[in-house]
Amino acid sequence: MRNILLGGLAMVLFAGAAQACETVTLGDLSVDHAWSRATIGESRPAVFYVAITNAGTQDDALTGISTPAAAMPMLHETVVADGVASMPHAMSVPVPAGQTTELAPGGYHGMLMQLTSALKEGDSFPVTLIFEKAGEVTVNVEVLSLRAEGPTCDDAS
Amino acid sequence: MIRLSVLQKVLWGAVVLAAAGSVFIYQRQPVQQIETVEAFRPEFALADADGQIRQSAEFRGRHSLVFFGFTNCPDVCPTTLSEVAQVMDELGPDAAKVQPVFISVDPERDRQMGLNEFTTAFHPSILGLAGDAASTRAAADSFKIFFEREDDTAAPDGYSMSHSPALYLIGPEGDWLRQYTYGTPASEILADLKSRL
Repeated sequence: MRNILLGGLAMVLFAGAAQACETVTLGDLSVDHAWSRATIGESRPAVFYVAITNAGTQDDALTGISTPAAAMPMLHETVVADGVASMPHAMSVPVPAGQTTELAPGGYHGMLMQLTSALKEGDSFPVTLIFEKAGEVTVNVEVLSLRAEGPTCDDAS
Repeated sequence: MIRLSVLQKVLWGAVVLAAAGSVFIYQRQPVQQIETVEAFRPEFALADADGQIRQSAEFRGRHSLVFFGFTNCPDVCPTTLSEVAQVMDELGPDAAKVQPVFISVDPERDRQMGLNEFTTAFHPSILGLAGDAASTRAAADSFKIFFEREDDTAAPDGYSMSHSPALYLIGPEGDWLRQYTYGTPASEILADLKSRL
């Protein structure tokens, strides 16, 4: 259901990408749909979601993230197994050739700990993605409402 | 007198057998069918943000949407809270018939960080509860849910909480009616709720 929705909305996006949904490229990788949620104060961790498309023929992996917005940004994965959700640290997120890998609610996500300041809706901040093979690329992350469940460019209809 | 106590023994034996049988049946049933097997009424007595003890009994007469989580959780919990908030918004006038309840599985830290601040940021109707360790465990056991502290150097304060992420619907009589598994779209929850109100 969600995949169908995302697919349909992705087409809308290609038709006319909004500025807020910029795409940055690094070799065969393109990175877009970077978003986060507003935080309540600065003591709770923020989240970072993004989509990475690998148009090449070589598998890559996202091995880390860095940002001036948080002193301790890490990759995590939400795993729901046997009815229990846990959130182990992910050493790296596979970015297979020919596929789009999403950091999205309920799955892989960046967890931004020790925030420099609270994230407010409407703000944006840079996150640098570090790939095993392709190197580094920086993307601008939009801060959406605390209640946002997906990137705003997906709601362009 | 003696005959009576024999009778009592027989009756008690029957009770034990019936109880064992119902446990057996309960364990063999898929979760969705529990409501047809036997009503079960989860109980809790937990402090709210002001330190007042709130008991499950006070929510009788309305439906309750109960979920467990912790406020330091950046991914799963905001998703669930957002869905609950959306459901409450879209219930319109029926919203008064539903009480959403967030039960902290990390009560000490959540209390320090501000429980109300967290729940009201999603929706003012959400009641946040954070008991002590024993009452939190008792509440989770009553709902038959799991939570556990996990040491994790890659988490704030060196630990995270794993927990059952589903939403539980409790009826006006206090009966457990069903669960909505994690990721159930708000629209589905809303449609199901509306059919019951």
